[in-house]
Amino acid sequence: MAAELTPSHRMEPQALRALIGRNKQSDKIFAIVGLLAMLVGVFALIWLLVGLVMDGGSRISWQFLTSFPSRHADKAGILSAWVGTCLVMLVTTFSAVPVGIAAGIYLEEYARHNWITDIIEINVTNLAGVPSIVYGLLALGLFVYGLGFGQSVLSAGLTLGLLILPVVIVSTREAIRSVPVAMREAAYALGATRWQTVHDHVLPYSTGGILTGIILGLSRAIGETAPIITIGALTFIAFLPPSPVTSEPPFISFEWLMAPFTVMPIQMFNWLSRPQTAFLNNAAAAGLILVVMTVGMNALAIWLRYRFRKKIKW
Amino acid sequence: MDGPIVNAPLRPDVGATSIAEETVKAEVRELSFFYGSGMQALKSVSMSLAENKVTALIGPSGCGKSTLLRCFNRMHDLYPGNRYDGEIIIHPDGVNVLGPDVDPIEMRMRMSMVFQKPNPFPKSIYENVAYGLRVRGVKRAGLIDEQVERALTDSALWGEVKDRLQDQAYNLSGGQQQRLCIARALAVEPEILLFDEPTSALDPIATASIEELIAELRNRVTILIVTHNMQQAARVSDYTAFMYLGELVEFGDADDFFTNPKQKRTEDYITGRYG
Repeated sequence: MAAELTPSHRMEPQALRALIGRNKQSDKIFAIVGLLAMLVGVFALIWLLVGLVMDGGSRISWQFLTSFPSRHADKAGILSAWVGTCLVMLVTTFSAVPVGIAAGIYLEEYARHNWITDIIEINVTNLAGVPSIVYGLLALGLFVYGLGFGQSVLSAGLTLGLLILPVVIVSTREAIRSVPVAMREAAYALGATRWQTVHDHVLPYSTGGILTGIILGLSRAIGETAPIITIGALTFIAFLPPSPVTSEPPFISFEWLMAPFTVMPIQMFNWLSRPQTAFLNNAAAAGLILVVMTVGMNALAIWLRYRFRKKIKW
Repeated sequence: MDGPIVNAPLRPDVGATSIAEETVKAEVRELSFFYGSGMQALKSVSMSLAENKVTALIGPSGCGKSTLLRCFNRMHDLYPGNRYDGEIIIHPDGVNVLGPDVDPIEMRMRMSMVFQKPNPFPKSIYENVAYGLRVRGVKRAGLIDEQVERALTDSALWGEVKDRLQDQAYNLSGGQQQRLCIARALAVEPEILLFDEPTSALDPIATASIEELIAELRNRVTILIVTHNMQQAARVSDYTAFMYLGELVEFGDADDFFTNPKQKRTEDYITGRYG
């Protein structure tokens, strides 16, 4: 075949057409294989969502969102679970985000690139792949007993914070790295220090990417069950943690940090282990709301990325 | 090294033959430069910059002309492993740019740089020009306004942008962006203005406007410009240096340099035999 392509053996138009036809065969084959592969993913997701809606759709109501769990499936709700999830996510965000961004900036902009930073980099990347239950074990020893935070919102938030820290670090580094060298050099050439360059240029230009990483990390954390069980979340909880906002000065209270809690996935797990089918419906409904929360966060990530990318052109 | 380098003055009062009549702004003394990879990019280069004149560095790609330019504001310090050997003395205070106790940031504050590709920040036109002042801690809005207007006027951009200072710099054309970068460099009133092939990414019309600008800035600021375009060097420079393989082959008055090169290699290069 190759010989036919040399100028002295120029192919006849007819032979050329036959060849193109044969080449296009593999195009068609891949189009079919690719379509099937895509359908597997889409179909699985649709099946999952349809299943959740069919089982739990009827349970979703205002009452479901504002009730505590109950022995009676039809009176049970997820109030303590979603409030717990929100509070835990708050702690996770405030612990993982500053630490992760600072570490990412340090590794990318400040640290000298040598074998030590190489090892740290490999470790950070691999930490993202450590099974979450291992983080649970670590947190049980460190936060629950070691630092004496007990089985609290604080322990859970910090555990999940630790879990998503590598995700935040890696995405921060990638976002920072996408800022062109020319921008850094322009700032340095004007006499900017490293911190001025990072603060005035590198960070603002990579905000979109960093936020995307944070939100993807948080949407992983929101569904985590194993480490939360390991540190001892309650499965049945019929009260809310103390409110972070109080009516008396100083109006802000941190008591909720030390309160026992439950989260959405644990509430689901609890309901799933009941024999009555009515509770299965509750679990499906809670699952649906959890999916909506996650999809909402991902949508936010996409929107933020779009907004920040649109503003910045290199 | 076969070509004798034009004697750069080791003391400004002595003066090189070629810039004897001028006040010396900066002297490069036996400067060698090594990249972190071990590659030696400059081999004992010596030359002088005349105050308020345009000095052009020409030579084929890889000859070390940009490397030399980037020694002046210590840009090489941003990357690990690079090593300088030699001195660059800035007058009148006689500080050695490459001195171990000299802060590169001080040097970058005293010299401004314009890069090959226009690299405005993704901020407003105003903020681009004001950034150097902000780095220097200037807070007074009135003073910043004044400097921004002056720099934009000096870079021949004021008329085009005065009604849209808050627009994104990226909405400007390539030539306008480069003039904005020059305004950004001028706003901090540098002692030396470093141009690293400022027109190589621009069309001929934009190039002409940048060259005009350089001609206007002459007599007000000391300019060092790297270019691979010989006609450009001939048009804009008062002094010209030809570099080849990390060496300074010839340095002298631009008119002499182009009409009566003393070195065979210079002659070959400017007549287009290589490069």
